[in-house]
Amino acid sequence: MDSSTAHAPGRSEWDGGVSPMGVSYGKLMMWFFLLSDAFTFSALLVTYGLVRSSHDAYTGAVDAFTFSQAYWPIPERVYEAIPFFHGLEAPLVFVGIMTFILIMSSVTMVLAVEAGHRMDRKAVEKWMLWTILGGIAFLSCQAWEWMHFIVGSETGRAVAEGTTFFGANLAHNQYGPPDFAAFFFFITGFHGFHVFSGVCLNFLIYYNTVMGTYDRRGHYEMVEKVGLYWHFVDLVWVFVFTFFYLV
Amino acid sequence: MAHGEEHAQVTVLPPNKEKIKKLWTVAAILGAVTALEFLIAFTMSHGPLKTSIFIGLTIVKAAYIVGEFMHLRYEVKVLFWSILIPMIFVVWMLVAFVYEGIAISGVR
Repeated sequence: MDSSTAHAPGRSEWDGGVSPMGVSYGKLMMWFFLLSDAFTFSALLVTYGLVRSSHDAYTGAVDAFTFSQAYWPIPERVYEAIPFFHGLEAPLVFVGIMTFILIMSSVTMVLAVEAGHRMDRKAVEKWMLWTILGGIAFLSCQAWEWMHFIVGSETGRAVAEGTTFFGANLAHNQYGPPDFAAFFFFITGFHGFHVFSGVCLNFLIYYNTVMGTYDRRGHYEMVEKVGLYWHFVDLVWVFVFTFFYLV
Repeated sequence: MAHGEEHAQVTVLPPNKEKIKKLWTVAAILGAVTALEFLIAFTMSHGPLKTSIFIGLTIVKAAYIVGEFMHLRYEVKVLFWSILIPMIFVVWMLVAFVYEGIAISGVR
C-alpha cells in the first residue's frame, strides 16, 4: 500500500490528500463498476455454459449437419449469411467483420485517450468520432444479424408433421432447442445494449470535447474513463464471440 | 461554438510516436490471434481440445485488451489484483458449471 503514494515525513496516508490505489475517484469507481458488470456477464455466460453442456452436441460431419431440436447446432452452419449476398453460404464471415469493427473502434478509442494525454483537442475529436462510428456500425450489423436469425434461412427445419419451420419466435427456432435462441437473444442483446449506452456516452464526451470543457478543466481524464467502458464492451464481445460463434 | 472558447491556455504536445506504434502493434496482435481463431474454427473438428484452445486464445486477447488498452498492467498492483482475483474465481465457476451441465446431460 505504501508504494502507491509519496507523502511528507511524519505524515501517514491516513492523514488525507492521497487517492487509494493511485488513481482518481472517478477512474477507480469506473474500474469497480466494470468489475460488477463483468460479474453480470459472467453469470450469463456461466449459465449459458451450464445449459449448453446439458444438451447433446452434434457428433456427425459438418457437411451432413441439419437443424434439429435433438442437439445443439454448430455455429458455422447457423451464422453463414451476409447482408446483400442472399443465398451465399459464408460461415462466420459476417461475425468476423463485426469483431473487426469493434476491435478497430477500441483502437481508435485508445488513440483518443493518447491524444487526450497531450491535450490535443482536435485529435481527440477525430478519434472519438471514429469510435462512435464504429459503435454505430457494430449495432447496425447486430440488428441485421437479429433480423436474419428471426426470419430464418431458406432451408428451415423439418418438423415431425411434414411441414418446415423457418426462423425464430418466442417459443421455437429452426436452428436447435428453444434454449439456443433464448440465450442468443439474451446475451447478444445485453451486450448490444451496452454498446448502445457506450455510443451514447462516447457522443456525450465528444460533445464536451468539442465545447472545450476538458481544455478548460485542464485534463482529458473523462475520455480515459469512458474509454475504459468502451474497452470493457469490446472485451465482453471477445468472450461472446468465442462462446457463441466459435465453440 | 460559443465565443471565447478558444481562449483556454492549452499547450498541445506532439504525438508520442513510440506509444502510438505500441498501440498499433497490440492491435495487430489482436487481429492475428483472431485470424488464428478463424483458421482453427475451420480446420479442427469440434471437441474439448478445440474449445480449450479457443478459450486460451480468448484469454490472451483479454490480457492484451485489459493490460494494454485499459492500461491495467501499469497501474498500482493493488488495483491490478483487485480486478484479477475475482475473475479467477469466475473462471473456476465457469469450469464447475460446465462440469455440472455435462453431468445433467448424462441424466437427461
